[in-house]
Amino acid sequence: MKLLYFAWLRTRIGLAEERVEPPPGVGTVGQLLDWLRSRGPGFAAALADLSVVRVAVNQDYVDVDHPVSAGDEIALFPPVTGG
Amino acid sequence: MIRVQREPFDVGRELAALTEGNRRIGGVASFIGLVSDIASAPSGSAPPIGALTLEHYPGMTEAKLAEIEAEACARWVLDASLIIHRYGRMEPGEGIVLVATASRHREAAFASCQFLMDWLKTKAPFWKLEETAEGAAWVAARDSDEAAAERWSPPSA
Repeated sequence: MKLLYFAWLRTRIGLAEERVEPPPGVGTVGQLLDWLRSRGPGFAAALADLSVVRVAVNQDYVDVDHPVSAGDEIALFPPVTGG
Repeated sequence: MIRVQREPFDVGRELAALTEGNRRIGGVASFIGLVSDIASAPSGSAPPIGALTLEHYPGMTEAKLAEIEAEACARWVLDASLIIHRYGRMEPGEGIVLVATASRHREAAFASCQFLMDWLKTKAPFWKLEETAEGAAWVAARDSDEAAAERWSPPSA
């Protein structure tokens, strides 16, 4: 699956995008976030407070129970501040 | 119509194009968001902003703006509508966003213009990075923007 990071999540993680193959058992957004946090201190710090992390799967807002699968584009970003 | 662009926009030209050829339109409401030099950080002694950089999520930005515009057209009878949102680096005084709605009557134009801005602020994937003499900082989302979006009832669909 393709992961995208924006704003301070991008700078803290140090990546704008990457392709990943999570281990079996990662079937929801919540499980994906748990796995990402285990990948290193940058991920753990960026994803420590989920109240300031928004998730979009295939460009639609979703919550942590939403399923994820191999072909998905999943974006992680802070609450939006446009306008 | 929606547009996401790096370039500045010309408000007069955009509003003229919006109403051109449609003699049913009785009024146009518009909102122009500008880069202010006042930092968003709560500390009273924050230095003025030198520049603002807007990051966005290409693809999702256009999809969300189109959704928001479609929702406005479902709620009000509009003859025309326009959302232009810029991205990239801009300086105080420059326009960031232009929203305009045209209708037979002013009530629909005023209300839908405010609705578009309120929903855009909380749903369109843009992020502001402020640059001051002390460095660059990401702007935090405000609860008051969330409250402004929520006073419009959720989509009927």
